[in-house]
Amino acid sequence: MTTSNDLLVVTSSPHVHSPDSVPNAMRDVLIALCPALIAGLYFFRLPALLVILSCVASAYIAEIVCLKVMKKAPTGEGSAIITGLLLAFCVPPHLPVWMAALGSIFSIVIAKHLFGGLGQNIFNPALIGRAFLLASFPVAMTSWSRPLDGVTTATPLGIMKEATGQALPSLGELFLGSVSGSIGETSAIAVLLGGAYLLYRGHIDWRIPGTFLGTVFVLMAIAGAIKGQGLWYPFFHLSAGGLFLGAFFMATDWVTSPVTKRGRVLFGIGCGLLVVLIRLKGGYPEGVAYSILLMNVVTPLIDRYTRSRVFGGVKSHA
Amino acid sequence: MNKATFKGGIHLDGHKELTSALPTIRAHIPDRVYIPLSQHIGAPCVPLVVVGDHVKKGQKIGVGKGFVSAPIHASVSGTVVAIELMEHPGGSFVPCIVIENDRKEEWADSVIPRSDTANLTPDELRAIILEAGIVGKGGATFPSHVKYAPVEGKIVDTVILNGVECEPYLTTDHRLMLERSESIVAGLGYIMRSVGCLRGIIAIEENKMDAVAVMEKAAAEAENVTIVVLKEKYPQGSEKQLIYACTGREVPIGGLPLAVGVIVNNVGTATALARAVELGIPFIGRNVTVSGPGVRNPANYRVRIGTLFSELIAQSGGYVGEVEKIIAGGPMMGKTVFTDHLPVVKGTSGIIIFTKAECRSSREFSCVRCAKCIDVCPAFLEPTSLARLAKRKAWEDAEQADVMSCIECSSCVYACPAQIPLIQHIRRAKQAILAAKARN
Repeated sequence: MTTSNDLLVVTSSPHVHSPDSVPNAMRDVLIALCPALIAGLYFFRLPALLVILSCVASAYIAEIVCLKVMKKAPTGEGSAIITGLLLAFCVPPHLPVWMAALGSIFSIVIAKHLFGGLGQNIFNPALIGRAFLLASFPVAMTSWSRPLDGVTTATPLGIMKEATGQALPSLGELFLGSVSGSIGETSAIAVLLGGAYLLYRGHIDWRIPGTFLGTVFVLMAIAGAIKGQGLWYPFFHLSAGGLFLGAFFMATDWVTSPVTKRGRVLFGIGCGLLVVLIRLKGGYPEGVAYSILLMNVVTPLIDRYTRSRVFGGVKSHA
Repeated sequence: MNKATFKGGIHLDGHKELTSALPTIRAHIPDRVYIPLSQHIGAPCVPLVVVGDHVKKGQKIGVGKGFVSAPIHASVSGTVVAIELMEHPGGSFVPCIVIENDRKEEWADSVIPRSDTANLTPDELRAIILEAGIVGKGGATFPSHVKYAPVEGKIVDTVILNGVECEPYLTTDHRLMLERSESIVAGLGYIMRSVGCLRGIIAIEENKMDAVAVMEKAAAEAENVTIVVLKEKYPQGSEKQLIYACTGREVPIGGLPLAVGVIVNNVGTATALARAVELGIPFIGRNVTVSGPGVRNPANYRVRIGTLFSELIAQSGGYVGEVEKIIAGGPMMGKTVFTDHLPVVKGTSGIIIFTKAECRSSREFSCVRCAKCIDVCPAFLEPTSLARLAKRKAWEDAEQADVMSCIECSSCVYACPAQIPLIQHIRRAKQAILAAKARN
């Protein structure tokens, strides 16, 4: 042996690896969430900051405790922080911090670790946390406030649903985010920036947000036409509420969305259909969270029926 | 030009600039050569010599027993000093005939140049190919005479020469196309004649446009031979993917290229074949790229079979840095070896030396269902699902999910952000299924 080492390393191929890693991907998601974080903090100030801190800290602690109790090695990839942040992004800014913490703990313990931890959960943990909070504290979860001054008001979708006579915000306001709503969802431009970054980095497939948003747009345009509304109507539905946040950050969640390309198309269309159904015919003004959770349920089924044919196999798969 | 390719695959850092501009040089002819009795897929050879025998260069010293086998030849003249077990780049221990070089370079009597090559019949050609011990140089080392043997009811209409060389670092085929283009075209002609087919394709990746130009010039005279430029993507050189890219035909699951009327050979195989047919020289040498960050002067060598890795590395200026891995072949599909005291065999396309910096060991995460493995799989499989089945030892389910269609290109492992050794799980399933089949 003439190498500088005494022993050579023998491993199975391949001997090169892409620079991609789970921690890197999680870091990119955090980066992508930054514009929405800044917008949320700008519009909703201290209360938003407290909710965000509470969610992130309790998610992180819950993760550590869960791993400890289940005798698993710490993973350190930061997915719990993302879950906490995403939950904070889809609750009202004036939510009591203890409720925020409770929702976050529910997300991590029930929705993630009781299902087997990272990669095993059926539902998006942040959305489960939100659903849990909405079911448990319906009043606190639907008390909205105006950006900057914090005066209580309805969300744009709420105004539309209840037809309270209040003036609807303009598309420009929705785009910038100076409207009432959940902490991280109001600014369409901030969420879109983050989504574009994730697409650019190759972490998400355009098929899910593309078909999700496309379905909502087309159906809302038709609904708008029936109602005698103009083209502003579908655009309003696109930018109001948590649609962009859901389409780019939650429906695209690797763990809970289909793994096949065709499956992702179906998944996005399904999410879009459900959002339209809930918003137009349901009891809630907003439907993004439930639409994604419902589609999470059918993800295994979609995967199963959209499996690709094998190379050299029959051309069309039943 | 709209470059053909296949679906799936990955884009790799080629690192070919280390050696692609360096002309192939002759490796020092060693004092001793170590010639393994098995350098091909199929039954190993039995030695035709005993210790103490004098052998000449090109003399047949081992012969195969089965049909799927290829003889071996002395790569130097000299004396057989031992027949001993040695590590083989394939990973196992194989008996090797050790020849002490007498430096006389005496050719065996059987090595006679032919002038009547134009009149050789397919049967005669195949006999020459068998006698010369020609096997596929791409790595699988499948005996060529078997590949060209006619199969009832199957017609070969296309021969594809594989000049893709999609593995990082390797540049032997690239250099061969630049330096031996006539020999490649001649070899292709003999292959086409031995299988009785009319269409020849030489497939080259777009990162070797200089080779494309040279080959186009060399093939201009040849009838029915075209150069096809393919996209740069791994595993473009994989047989089934290559056939698809060149002809649009898909080799059926579990089938051979013959099923779609195609035969694929490496460009290096074509030159070995041309030498055998025209000069009567058997397969006793090949080109090897010695490269990687762990070797001082990367180079392309013309090497006698049986030359030790250590001698090539020494000729390349020795090791640099903290050497961690020696890879026989390319870094995607090559095998790591635990010593450099082992011989170059017919299937050794490269020796890649990696230092600590290239050997990243990172922890494995659970699958996060990112689907990157599925997106890159050129066989359209779901590697993560197969790995999960293999972990559970659900061999039958894995077989149902077409695990046997895996070509083991390792693209999935390359792409996996969770560092899951998908291919190891898949190989385990394949082995278990084959073992179960063998039992029944």
